[in-house]
Amino acid sequence: MLAQNIIFGLLAVSMCAAAVKLVTTKNVVHAALYLVIVLAGMAAQYILLGAEFVAVVQVLVYIGAITVLILFGIMLTRAPIGKSQELDNNQRGISAVVALFLFGSLAALLMKAFGRTKIDFGNSVGSLAAGGNVKIVADSLFSQYLIPFEVASVLLLAALVGAVVVARQD
Amino acid sequence: MMLNQFLVLSAFLFCCGVYGVLARKNAVLVLMSIELMINSVNMNLIAFSIHNDNTVGHVFALFAIAVAAAEVAVGLAIVLLIYRNRQSVDLTDVSQMKG
Repeated sequence: MLAQNIIFGLLAVSMCAAAVKLVTTKNVVHAALYLVIVLAGMAAQYILLGAEFVAVVQVLVYIGAITVLILFGIMLTRAPIGKSQELDNNQRGISAVVALFLFGSLAALLMKAFGRTKIDFGNSVGSLAAGGNVKIVADSLFSQYLIPFEVASVLLLAALVGAVVVARQD
Repeated sequence: MMLNQFLVLSAFLFCCGVYGVLARKNAVLVLMSIELMINSVNMNLIAFSIHNDNTVGHVFALFAIAVAAAEVAVGLAIVLLIYRNRQSVDLTDVSQMKG
């Protein structure tokens, strides 16, 4: 468990640093690259937790698709490539106060609620000995949650058609 | 490993996202901050799913990823439309619906 804790610590520090840089950097393209660091760290945390299927989906969808989409958005809106002072509005101080207060209250609540709770990796979903949890997740997704799954695919189709209709030039 | 370490990490990332949404005025950066918030919620779902020995969290995280993909597609389309109409994506200028 020690090795896992060390890896968690390294990942967590880099993710936190990248997240802070993401919301404070003066360069839009750098912000997108910091977002990639956070998303990749998140995928690594999923693997650390034993959720390998969600980790692979995270890499495919977030790092592969959404980041590219965001980079296209940066280019198409002709955002200032390079440093710019025009990215923040004039409520940075109050925003920082709100975010710190939210984090303080959330952290206090979590410490109170789950102070010494350990994750039990010996069960069926979390155990790697059982050959991973892809089969269990797939069984659940395609039996109990089949209708929500189909609704999600219709939602994706509707969103893509809607995006094309909204962004079309005419 | 403790359950709390994942929950506190995701709370921190969520608060970074909140700060980004409140303090940025470039629309693409606001979308990135929203992605950060959705991701931190997903990490909570996975951590509780493993902890409670239940696949519902995995399934819900997959749905959340799908909805986030749809959201960012429509969001970027709207941002492009704003840019095309105003030649800027400055969110402090988009105030026609302000009461």
